[in-house]
Amino acid sequence: MSEPIIEFEHFSFKYKAQQFPTLNDINLKIYPGEKILIVGQSGSGKSTLANCLNALIPCSYSGEVNGTLRVCGKNPGKLGVFGMSQIVGTVLQDTDGQFIALTVAEDIAFALENDNVPQDEMVQRVAKISEKLELTDLLDYAPGAMSGGQKQKVSIGGVMVSDVKILLFDEPLANLDPATGKSAIKLIDDISKNDDVTIVIIEHRLEDALYRDVDRIILMGNGTIVADMRPDDLLCSNLLSDNGIREPLYISAIKASGAKIQPSSNPRNIEIMDLEPYKEDIKKWFYSVKPSVKQYSEDVILEVKNLCFRYDKKRDILNNVSFKLRRGEMVALVGKNGAGKTTLSSLICGFLKPVSGDIYFRGQDISGLSIKERGDRIGIVMQSPNQMISKPMISEEVGLGLKVREVPDDEIEKRVNETLKICGLYQQRNWPVSALSFGQKKRLTIASILVMNPELIILDEPTAGQDFAHYTEIMEFLKELRDKTNITILMITHDMHLMLEYTDRTLVLTNGNLIKDAPPFDILTDENTCEAAYLKKTSLYDLAVRCGIENPPEFAARFIDDENRHRRASDRNKSEQGGKNG
Amino acid sequence: MAKVLSYEKQDTFIHELSGLTKLIVFLLWCFTSALTYDTRVLAAMLVIGAVIYYISGTKWEQVSKVFYAIMFFMIINMLGIFILAPFEGCKIYGTRTDLFTIFGNYIVTKEQLFYELNVTMKYFTVIPGAFIFLTTTDPSELAASLNGIGVPYTLAYSVEIALRYIPDVQDDFHKIKNAQEARGIEMSKKGNLISRITNTAVIIFPLLFSSMERIDIVSNAMELRGFGKKKKRSWYSRKKLTVRDYVVLFSAVILSAAALILTYHDGNRFYNPFV
Repeated sequence: MSEPIIEFEHFSFKYKAQQFPTLNDINLKIYPGEKILIVGQSGSGKSTLANCLNALIPCSYSGEVNGTLRVCGKNPGKLGVFGMSQIVGTVLQDTDGQFIALTVAEDIAFALENDNVPQDEMVQRVAKISEKLELTDLLDYAPGAMSGGQKQKVSIGGVMVSDVKILLFDEPLANLDPATGKSAIKLIDDISKNDDVTIVIIEHRLEDALYRDVDRIILMGNGTIVADMRPDDLLCSNLLSDNGIREPLYISAIKASGAKIQPSSNPRNIEIMDLEPYKEDIKKWFYSVKPSVKQYSEDVILEVKNLCFRYDKKRDILNNVSFKLRRGEMVALVGKNGAGKTTLSSLICGFLKPVSGDIYFRGQDISGLSIKERGDRIGIVMQSPNQMISKPMISEEVGLGLKVREVPDDEIEKRVNETLKICGLYQQRNWPVSALSFGQKKRLTIASILVMNPELIILDEPTAGQDFAHYTEIMEFLKELRDKTNITILMITHDMHLMLEYTDRTLVLTNGNLIKDAPPFDILTDENTCEAAYLKKTSLYDLAVRCGIENPPEFAARFIDDENRHRRASDRNKSEQGGKNG
Repeated sequence: MAKVLSYEKQDTFIHELSGLTKLIVFLLWCFTSALTYDTRVLAAMLVIGAVIYYISGTKWEQVSKVFYAIMFFMIINMLGIFILAPFEGCKIYGTRTDLFTIFGNYIVTKEQLFYELNVTMKYFTVIPGAFIFLTTTDPSELAASLNGIGVPYTLAYSVEIALRYIPDVQDDFHKIKNAQEARGIEMSKKGNLISRITNTAVIIFPLLFSSMERIDIVSNAMELRGFGKKKKRSWYSRKKLTVRDYVVLFSAVILSAAALILTYHDGNRFYNPFV
């Protein structure tokens, strides 16, 4: 076997400001041409590990290094960020932030420009890379005119142009819709096959990342390597779920049926997996669990009727959209970027005026109401907490909406405290906002809306860019909130797990048309709808079909119900035990 | 709003010139206009400016808003000159021809009017020049041209970065404003001035924080791709100088030299019709 291209030996790293090392005694060898997936929940050290490869650690984030790391036989700390950029190409999670220049061509050329490569050579090299990535027609485009997937291709082009030996992808799926994510994984796989590069992917969405084969999966937890295994072996163990990583849904479903998965049956991918040994168990399980029942309230909160919107005559942004939201429902609004999701929520909140059509709130036409008046009943929570938080102290931030409504001070205090209790932030009420974690900040923004007692809240991408643990924290909080207050929640999302696990209904927008309004199980098992909305069929569907179960949506519904029941039961146990200990 | 003073791709002689040429000519133009008070030179520049403006295909709606804003400040400036130095013209031209008295010592003179006419003409020579430069120069080329005249590339590139992120920050601004309005913070003209000023704080802080988040990502991304490590940098979008660039540069140098000779040949930069 050849020499490893990346070699960690008893490697540890401690950030300057921290007491304990973030990476602890890492031993890892990666060989040229390999394709490696690194998984782990936030705080497991996976991003720190990646930043050691491109020398951001220790050059930009200082700290204490122990042990050795060699990349291509060199020490990244000595070579520096610039030197390493010639060897390791890093594709950041935020492809919009990585898009530095004003056009595609210039952005791909950025590294060459900095290397003072002559203009003629630069033009040639950009042309070659863009042809490979099918970007030739987009060379003059500005970042604003491009989709997330296209921007990611530009990011890849921008690092490949330097002839790097290693491509490092930091959560490549985080900002992409499921269908685009699928093509990104395929593109990475093609690069791995056709070019002489080693690929390291950091991602916590395991099922999506495994759409194409990887050689090994490195599982990280608490700053150490918990497992370094072939995907087939790792999936048969319980190491993933024990370390806060979501297993592929079909794997969880097979495990739930009581069957024991064998590495020889190719569990890494549902399409090639041999299901013969598990079929009977799965069927037996399906007929033994309770059918899923959903109860609907008939109390309509919001009704949208024949809503149309356009900026100019050329293109309809929304075309004749009608739907109802009932009291206490959790509903997902999905569709690819530019499908009209944000426009729809802006129309509901009054940021935009419809060209035609009506919006009724509890049967009352709200077209005459101002943004502020609508804000009394309909709250909107932005994607990033940083876009909303404007006061330095927590209780001040939550009370802001009441203060401007000239509510008396003692009532403000009462309502703020009540809301902070619901949101689990009461203990921290006198803290500065800056002391909160990301998840707590998110809850703070929700609290600052809830305090006004809206009957409907709209959340824009509530879980974007979060790992499984934070995702669960936020979504369980929203569900509990709904159960306690019977508030109606509309979520703009492209997270399919969120749809499956937490929503009663899904609205699918495509090119301004509402093409489907149905339970999530029906949508994620319907190929045509998924394709039109850039979603991906759930693997539970494939599993059900291939096991000969005649009603795949019902199979998906029962599995999710069952899984939720188990998780909540185990959470209750945990908190009871925690209560006893405390 | 987004289209104001922004580059528009077109196929004119001016568009095809290298950004470097346009920048040098523009600087020469401003330099000449700043030095000369010779009415004949200014008149010639006005005519040439108008012709170039016509050739450049710049549209009125691209520049109108900024034009009105400049006009506003110009009028304030003119009044200011008169209020602070009502006899500046007389001092310069050495004669005094009273026209009428406004009150007290504020007497309108022919010389003062002529002096202020010259100042106005200076405005009108520089404004179209700036408009043409901005609307015909590809922003990507702008940084390259700045670097071309000796501005350090790190500084020149910050211009490009600003242009790249202005639309994103505008977008953020609207999002934040909407969300805060939905929380009940009055941003429209209904509220009184003081509450409107204090209320802008609830937009500015989130905008600042989300911009800082962005800056952090961008600076890492730039460093990861080697920005700032070498002394020199090449530019993908730099236009090479062609024969016509050299012709234009040469003519511009000759013309401004001629203008300055005409201005200063009598040892005074003012053209004096009063003696």
